[in-house]
Amino acid sequence: MTPTRLRQRVRAELCPWLVEGLVAARRGLALAFLSQLGAVPLLALSVASFGVTPVGLGVLTLPIALLAVRGFADMHRRFLREWWGVRVPRPYRPDPVDDFEPLDVPSSIRYYRRLVTDPATWRDLLWLLIDAPLGLVLGLLPAWLIIYGIHGVVATPFFWPYMEEFYGYGLTWPVHSRPMAVLAFVQGVGILFLGFWSGKRLLRTYTRVTRRLLAPTAKDDLSRRVVELTETRSAAVDAQAAELRRIERDLHDGAQARLVAVGIKLGLAEQLLGRDPEVARRLLVEARQAGAQALAELRDLVRGIHPPVLAERGLEGAVRALALDLPIPVRVDVDLPGRAQAPVESAGYFAVAEALANVAKHSGATSAWVRVGYAGERLTMVVGDDGAGGAVAREGGGLDGLRRRLAPFDGTLEVDSPVGGPTTVRMELPCVL
Amino acid sequence: MRVVIAEDLALLREGIIQLLTLNDFEVVEAVDNGPDLLRALLEHRPDVAVVDVRLPPTFTDEGLQAVARARRELPGLPVLVLSQHVEHLYARELLSDHRGGIGYLLKDRVFEVSEFVDAVRRVAAGGTAMDTSVVAQLLARNETRGTVEALTAREREVLGLMAEGRSNAAIARQMNIAEKSVSKHTNNIFGKLGLAQSCDDNRRVLAVLAHLNL
Repeated sequence: MTPTRLRQRVRAELCPWLVEGLVAARRGLALAFLSQLGAVPLLALSVASFGVTPVGLGVLTLPIALLAVRGFADMHRRFLREWWGVRVPRPYRPDPVDDFEPLDVPSSIRYYRRLVTDPATWRDLLWLLIDAPLGLVLGLLPAWLIIYGIHGVVATPFFWPYMEEFYGYGLTWPVHSRPMAVLAFVQGVGILFLGFWSGKRLLRTYTRVTRRLLAPTAKDDLSRRVVELTETRSAAVDAQAAELRRIERDLHDGAQARLVAVGIKLGLAEQLLGRDPEVARRLLVEARQAGAQALAELRDLVRGIHPPVLAERGLEGAVRALALDLPIPVRVDVDLPGRAQAPVESAGYFAVAEALANVAKHSGATSAWVRVGYAGERLTMVVGDDGAGGAVAREGGGLDGLRRRLAPFDGTLEVDSPVGGPTTVRMELPCVL
Repeated sequence: MRVVIAEDLALLREGIIQLLTLNDFEVVEAVDNGPDLLRALLEHRPDVAVVDVRLPPTFTDEGLQAVARARRELPGLPVLVLSQHVEHLYARELLSDHRGGIGYLLKDRVFEVSEFVDAVRRVAAGGTAMDTSVVAQLLARNETRGTVEALTAREREVLGLMAEGRSNAAIARQMNIAEKSVSKHTNNIFGKLGLAQSCDDNRRVLAVLAHLNL
């Protein structure tokens, strides 16, 4: 390797490594601060509230303290997601927080009972107990190592002669000669290296310990899953029944009725062919028109059940066809290694169709884009526009309907739509391609 | 005129054969799947083919694929594609080689026998027959984008009929006006849209469709 190449290589690998170390040290510092300013007082407040419960005061303060604990824990769950990409669901029992009024006695008593019977509350407190010392030690260590390392590299070798009598560094006590200063320098380099090297590892150790307590237990997870499945299954069954009813009604009132009319007109025309050819001809024209209308209605119906273009071209072609039907230009990027199972494909298609219909109807956008991809065993569909923004998934609204459409497949919907735009709607469906 | 037909549903296939035979076409072969269609097109080199989009064995867009391949071998081979549904996407693909001799219609259009036969003849002659619903959607889209702002309602109607691939004479018949007023309208349209006039009907259609950004 030539010297230039070597230098490039060192720069390319050293810089990210140093940055990574610094980021880890900064995060560690944040954790340490939080553990002392957050975990310690919250723990103290909770324990004290339990202590004064017999006197009555605790009934008022404990719910406040425990809700603050939950908020604090949620913050750490967010860290887990942002730092490590680990999604930790909230383990708490579902309970409406909106009916809680701080310092109101009946509301506090109700809440007190609900909180102390939720196992997740006790796990939260255990987490605080561990976080208070662990966060401090593991959090401060990398930053301290880096600072002490810099001290050893920069300060000791040059300033040892000016230091007070009993001055030393690392294992070298005291430092009062040049060789000893060199020794301190070498140790400083080692400690500095250790600071950068250990940052991410210590942070990961901390995460591994706390993550278990922040996440729901396997049992909770399972029962939550059962509730979720029961809900989405009954919603899916309802939706399917409603859909079948709609199809039946559409066929009955539409195509079927029209075909009966075609039959009548043809029969009459047959009768009148000899006697009154002119009327017979008119009836034939009418029969033809009624037939054409029946076809048009059937076509619309079929499109709603399973769009032919989806059957013919798969998700990619169908999304492109959708984009072309929109009045505004839509950029389409599709990158899929294969075709998903038919139900998933269909759910994905209708989700994109709904999202694009929303763009056309509400956004006032002048252009839009669709990205469909597959990563981590999830089919990802993102629809964005440059419109007015401010879209929210309101109960019973279009976006909420979309979410419910995706739910039976464990699909998710995220809307990012600040007022003033732009809007992105991100939909994911777990599947195997 | 020699025709190849591709339609997998026997009832419809018989209907189309009957319809075309009664109108002086000679059906040289009627097939019911994609591979046979490709072979028949290359073997007979018909004056025109009437092809269903969805065919066995895959029941996807087998028909379209066979047409695309056949037209690569025999550029400009006239084909009228029929389907239960029309897609802007397919229309765009069919016209992508800019050669003409392409029709793309809903199956419903066979109800209007004389119009349908007219469309088959037009395609056989190297012209274009684009379904009304594709054109209507195209015009609606262009209206929201403001690309046809300058045109009057009457001119938009003429533009639509031109985009379907009709000649001035046919447009005049359809709108119940003199052929001369049609050419006046078309002159205005081409002037306002900044398109180069062309005596060639087929070139005219392609220019109009390109302007509408099919």
